[in-house]
Amino acid sequence: MSLVKPAMRGLLAKRLRFHLPIAFGLALVAAVAFKFTVTEPRKQAYADFYKHYDSMKEFSAMREAGVFESVRPTGK
Amino acid sequence: MEMLHLTAGRVAGLLSRRGVAVFSTSGVKMASHGGVTEQTDMSVPLYCDRLDTPLPDRPYKDTLSAADKSLKQKEKGPWNSLSKEEKLALYRIMFNETYAEMKKPTGEWKTVLGGIFFFIGFTGLVVLWQRYYVYPPHPRTLDDEWQAMQVKRMLDMRVNPVEGFSAKWDYEKGQWK
Repeated sequence: MSLVKPAMRGLLAKRLRFHLPIAFGLALVAAVAFKFTVTEPRKQAYADFYKHYDSMKEFSAMREAGVFESVRPTGK
Repeated sequence: MEMLHLTAGRVAGLLSRRGVAVFSTSGVKMASHGGVTEQTDMSVPLYCDRLDTPLPDRPYKDTLSAADKSLKQKEKGPWNSLSKEEKLALYRIMFNETYAEMKKPTGEWKTVLGGIFFFIGFTGLVVLWQRYYVYPPHPRTLDDEWQAMQVKRMLDMRVNPVEGFSAKWDYEKGQWK
């Protein structure tokens, strides 16, 4: 009859002590991974797109295709 | 309009018939055939075979035969003198099913699963019938040629040219990258 008395208090605190650092670490890892797999490539893609972007050329192409309502294609 | 003219006598007749049924004193037995079915008396302790109630309120057999009664007398003495069959008989007097018998798998899951599949299949047939008899004709925006015109217009408008739709189209060669 010499059973040890089980822990009656502080159970949540003990669990948090163990799991909170893991949770924070995982959240941090997730944020860093997202930054370097999604946001940085996306910023680079936009930078590359606009580095050699000729807006007038694109506008003329769209105008000729007839998608605008304010300007008709040239020759009408 | 004629249907609404219920005379007072007719209404009283309907109510009186219903009143007889409600205020009758034979209770639950009215619903059955002529009152032959027996109703358990819930005011005395009852026996039940339940996994969560190991000791029911009363023994299973409460009307003992002469052999059972003599066995019960013998039970009052030392139990070592009881044979194995007698011990089993005493058990069966007290209880109807053992725990092993209560927990026996019933195979009900097969019926349940079969019923589920059957009704899913039936529903499939209903949906199929609906497809041919209920659905209106297709909208023309789902035709292949309309979709092709739609894609061309999206490319002309340069939809999502950086990372999305138009970024995958090669404008010089006029084909998908």
